[in-house]
Amino acid sequence: MAQVTLTVNGKQHTVEVEGRTLLVELLREKLGLTGTHIGCDTSQCGACVVHIDGMSVKSCTQLALQADGANILTIEGLAEADGTLHPMQEMFREHHALQCGFCTPGMVMTAVDLVQSHPEGLSEKEIREGLEGNLCRCTGYHNIVKAIAAAHPLMHAQAAE
Amino acid sequence: MGYQGIGASVRRKEDLRFLSGKGNYTDDINRPGQLYAVIKRSDRPHATIDSIDIAAASAAPGVVKVFTGADIVEAGLGGIPCGWQIHNIDGTPMAEPMHPVLAVGKVRHVGDPVAVVIAESRQDAKNAAELLDIAYTDMSAVANLTDAVKPGAVEVHDGVGGNICYDWAIGDKAIVDGVFANAHKVVKLDLTNNRLIPNAMEPRVALGDFDTSSGDWTLYTTSQNPHVIRLLMGAFVLHIPENKLRVVAPDVGGGFGSKIYHYAEEAIVTWAAGKLRRPVKWTADRSESFMSDAHGRDHVSTAEMAIDKEGHFLGLRITTLANMGAYLSTFAPAVPTYLYATLLAGVYKTPVIYCNVKAVFTNTVPVDAYRGAGRPEATYLLERLVDVIALETGIDKVELRRKNFIGVDAFPYQTPVALQYDSGDYQTTLKVALKNADWDGFEARRAEAKKRGKLRGIGISTYVEACGIAPSAVVGSLGARAGLYEVAEIRVHPTGSVTVFTGTHSHGQGHETTFAQLVVDQLGVPFDQIEIVHGDTAKIPFGMGTYGSRSLPVGGSAMVKAMDKVIAKGKKIAAHLMEAAVEDIEFKDNTFTVAGTDKSKTLTDISLAAYVPHNYPIEELEPGLDETAFYDPKNFTFPGGCHIAEVEIDPETGVVEMVGFTAVDDVGRVVNPMIVEGQVQGGVAQGIGQALMEACTYDSDGQLLSGSYMDYAMPRANDIPGSLSVATENTLCTHNPLGSKGCGEVGAIGSPPAVINAVVDALKEYGVRHLDMPATGAKLWSIIQAAPSSGHTPAMAAE
Amino acid sequence: MYDFAYQKPGSLADAVSVLSGDMEAKALAGGQTFIPVLKQRLNKPSTVVDLAGLGLSGITVSGDVITIGAMTRHADIASNADIKAKIPGLAHQASLIGDEAVRHRGTMGGSLANNDPAACYPSALLALGGTIKTDRRTIAADDFFQGMFTTALDQGEIITSIDLPIPEKSAYEKFRNPASRYAIVGVFVAKFASGVRLAITGASQGGVFRHTEMEKALSANFAPDAIAGIVTPADGLNGDIHASAEYRAHLIGVISKRAVAKAA
Ligand SMILES: Cc1cc2nc3c(=O)[nH]c(=O)nc-3n(C[C@H](O)[C@H](O)[C@H](O)COP(=O)(O)OP(=O)(O)OC[C@H]3O[C@@H](n4cnc5c(N)ncnc54)[C@H](O)[C@@H]3O)c2cc1C
Ligand code: FES
Ligand code: FES
Repeated sequence: MAQVTLTVNGKQHTVEVEGRTLLVELLREKLGLTGTHIGCDTSQCGACVVHIDGMSVKSCTQLALQADGANILTIEGLAEADGTLHPMQEMFREHHALQCGFCTPGMVMTAVDLVQSHPEGLSEKEIREGLEGNLCRCTGYHNIVKAIAAAHPLMHAQAAE
Repeated sequence: MGYQGIGASVRRKEDLRFLSGKGNYTDDINRPGQLYAVIKRSDRPHATIDSIDIAAASAAPGVVKVFTGADIVEAGLGGIPCGWQIHNIDGTPMAEPMHPVLAVGKVRHVGDPVAVVIAESRQDAKNAAELLDIAYTDMSAVANLTDAVKPGAVEVHDGVGGNICYDWAIGDKAIVDGVFANAHKVVKLDLTNNRLIPNAMEPRVALGDFDTSSGDWTLYTTSQNPHVIRLLMGAFVLHIPENKLRVVAPDVGGGFGSKIYHYAEEAIVTWAAGKLRRPVKWTADRSESFMSDAHGRDHVSTAEMAIDKEGHFLGLRITTLANMGAYLSTFAPAVPTYLYATLLAGVYKTPVIYCNVKAVFTNTVPVDAYRGAGRPEATYLLERLVDVIALETGIDKVELRRKNFIGVDAFPYQTPVALQYDSGDYQTTLKVALKNADWDGFEARRAEAKKRGKLRGIGISTYVEACGIAPSAVVGSLGARAGLYEVAEIRVHPTGSVTVFTGTHSHGQGHETTFAQLVVDQLGVPFDQIEIVHGDTAKIPFGMGTYGSRSLPVGGSAMVKAMDKVIAKGKKIAAHLMEAAVEDIEFKDNTFTVAGTDKSKTLTDISLAAYVPHNYPIEELEPGLDETAFYDPKNFTFPGGCHIAEVEIDPETGVVEMVGFTAVDDVGRVVNPMIVEGQVQGGVAQGIGQALMEACTYDSDGQLLSGSYMDYAMPRANDIPGSLSVATENTLCTHNPLGSKGCGEVGAIGSPPAVINAVVDALKEYGVRHLDMPATGAKLWSIIQAAPSSGHTPAMAAE
Repeated sequence: MYDFAYQKPGSLADAVSVLSGDMEAKALAGGQTFIPVLKQRLNKPSTVVDLAGLGLSGITVSGDVITIGAMTRHADIASNADIKAKIPGLAHQASLIGDEAVRHRGTMGGSLANNDPAACYPSALLALGGTIKTDRRTIAADDFFQGMFTTALDQGEIITSIDLPIPEKSAYEKFRNPASRYAIVGVFVAKFASGVRLAITGASQGGVFRHTEMEKALSANFAPDAIAGIVTPADGLNGDIHASAEYRAHLIGVISKRAVAKAA
């Protein structure tokens, strides 16, 4: 057992883990943050995507110990403290970009990073390519693409405020 | 807020929790003192189990118990039951070999569960599972249909000769043969329907719990139908009466059929929790899902149509081999018979039809219903055949369809294969789809693509499907071992808010929203005062769950009936309170009124009176306002429509790009257009996946070659065309109170043949008549290569 | 996963000493290959040595060579202005590896050390004629790859950086596996004053290889037409459920032409 200290959704935690403990296991099992999901065992589905120091990462493909000192944002930490949804969450709801909701946390976290890193704008094709690492079996992606396109101006307007 | 009743695109209630990471999926549930189960699965397609030495595994760190098939036998547990019995042509029942919870004596497919290791942690259980010493003697195996029925093929089950589970037929063969003998022309097509792996994004999970004080069992499971699991597992496998067994299916991350069935793992964790007096949890790794979730489709068929000079369809003759896999899954026998062959009239007036289906055992994962279940197979067969007829007769493919359509005035229409369609308007959905897809402008687009060196093609499919399953007496006569009604309880609380308990289950369909809309519409209760409860046998009276696009037509109709009862009782209370005759009470917009007066009472007044019955007709009426209805549908529902696909093929690589897709569906009354569109979009994406990418592949020895996302290609965002257009043109269902037909499966049913018809159209200069799904680049390249017009170099290379 | 000890040494010497002292110790870079392998229980290391604390990431240009630290992430290579300007084929290649989340973690050193026959970078290193620097020596690209999943690295040897000569022109074209999205055929072409080098990944049973016949033709005439007639034999190529050896052989021709068209 070893100790890892990391900040998750603004709160610092020090947790005992094994060498093999994955970040997703730390989040789900040690911190009870079950919003981050596990959809595969080959690092391909993206259900587990969280942000580490602002970048989208597959938390199933990262040891907990590698995240020592890191700042992690999960789906639970995306909305404001008063419950106001993040524009990406809002647009997912507005455009019916989720059905069963299982892929959704990873999809939203990927989408937030995608939009943040493209202030210049995103074409529909770029959005689709940006979702390369996220599988959804329910929606056919159509509304997810719409939601992300709609969130782009909102997020950048908010950032500019 | 605006209007939130039927017809409004109300934003979904459930989204708030899913979007903030607060969903409650089975794997999110943990019970105090929980143990972890890991299943040791066969890595052999077919072998005898000569011995299992559990000593080392049992002694490994953290291990609490190891169970094998012998323990299950000793405990007297039953096998996994099958919910449907089909009869052979000669009247004898199908072969129904034992489907053990854990293999006994033999393994029959890669993934067949052999033992379970239960330990303090998942990793301990996994480590120990590697220490199980299992001695196998390999047997030869059969994975594909045509091999399995060859004379001399190895038998998957001893005594099931020729691996035939059943040999079933519908229609009068002599009459159909007679029509063929005299026909102007017969067009014949051999085709397969590719085997698929459903791949709901949430892997299956089962958590068994045993309450040592009450002696009750609870199973938390990723199921589309908790009551069905309680029935099958309780009555047939574990012999636990309903009152001692609770099944909870909380938030479920997609199902598409694969989470209907009762699986061995559910029985294992429930039973083990009782034995060990501790909760036991099993969570599938995705690679386990690939070899343990029921697969879908997998047919090999020959189809022949007899036609007259003008291209009228005179008769259809079909033989189909359908893969059952190694054991019969819950619904499996029904899929290629009553969900497939009965649909072979399609949207056409074909007067006589004969179909012979042989269900076949193979050394593969069990095959069962996957989104559409039988209807995609029927639709693909028909719509490919119709295109080939067009090709061979020179009749325009749209014209050919039109002239054979069942007319809009022919409903109710009795097909020659048992079903009676209640409503539909195929000419209209076709017309609108042709317009939405700019069918007439296609040749210009083809010419433009050609300049870019691309082969462009357009394909159409016009289809009908049968869902809203199902009338219990009908399915009972067809071999179902259960009824297929649905149940709803409407509980009006004292202050007028409403809780709905439904026996259907939402795993993406949005029932918490659409079902609330029904209540807004009928009772006039505000949307935010309505709660929908599903997925827990302890809370809901009963239910058959969600599949076969049944939730709204059947489950919603049960709600309507229960609300009718609430209103009827409310009228009696209102009559009493307002001193009027019951016949004079009207109910509208949440208010009971005495006709022709301004006297009125709100539903809240009435519910309050019902729960505080001080001034109340207590002699005639019980207090309370809580009504339950069981609704048994009178018929199936028949959504239909027209799908048009447009593709471009890169002739140098064979790669197909979807460049357009248009769906115009008739789903009956639409409660929430936004949700209907979403259902169709998702279904179409799965259909595109089947047509272009997805292939569950076994080698001839029964090894699963497409056992992970590294090898099983599923559509990603980039594989779906941006120009996906979905619309509805609805006729109402005539036999349920909502007029709704269901929309969950139409996307996956109508789309595959549209896509393949487009691919074949794109390749027409190569003389391609047919190709099997999936139309991968590799496959199309070899077709282009082999085509007489292309020679041996890829001639088209447009630099 | 089997359990293991985790270490994150602060110096290269410490890392080398742990890795050399224990045959069962393994280096961890971005983990985008290694962790999936661990999850499948295909590897049972005693100690996992995280290279993240060694200061091995960064991109520098000196003269006609770009040096990339072994721990430089795919995403940083894809977006680096110098690489985009001087070796656009490499930036493009990095942008096609996996997905953004994978690119945020995966490293060039890890990919090269792993030498997956379907990986992308091996083709860049070989086509550019780069050099691998390790804790103990330099290895020329032509000597580095020794068949699928096999390289010239010794047990415990750590790649520290990669030197890539700047070509006049470069391009990478990738034909993706529809499921895994790795390369079924990936072609990296680099044109230098001294001639053209073209390397192919994904296709061969022996891993990445140079297509010398195409190189010769392209050195004479750097145009797609120059290689249009070259037929690559299917012998020795991979065949699987996604693509037969014949299809791969054919794709080598098509994808190579496209790479050249892009570079030219
Ligand atoms: C979903 C997905 C898709 C992918 N798609 C592609 C793709 O399309 N193309 C592609 O090329 N790759 C692809 N990859 C692989 C990815 O590029 C990996 O990042 C890469 O192969 C390994 O790099 P890494 O830094 O993650 O190394 P790790 O996984 O940490 O290590 C890989 C191996 O290299 C060794 N190693 C690592 N660094 C060094 C070093 N500096 N010196 C010596 N040995 C070292 C490790 O011990 C280990 O054996 C994909 C991965 C995933 C998960
Ligand atoms: S769980 Fe599938 S990528 Fe992480
Ligand atoms: S919403 Fe169900 S997988 Fe995406």
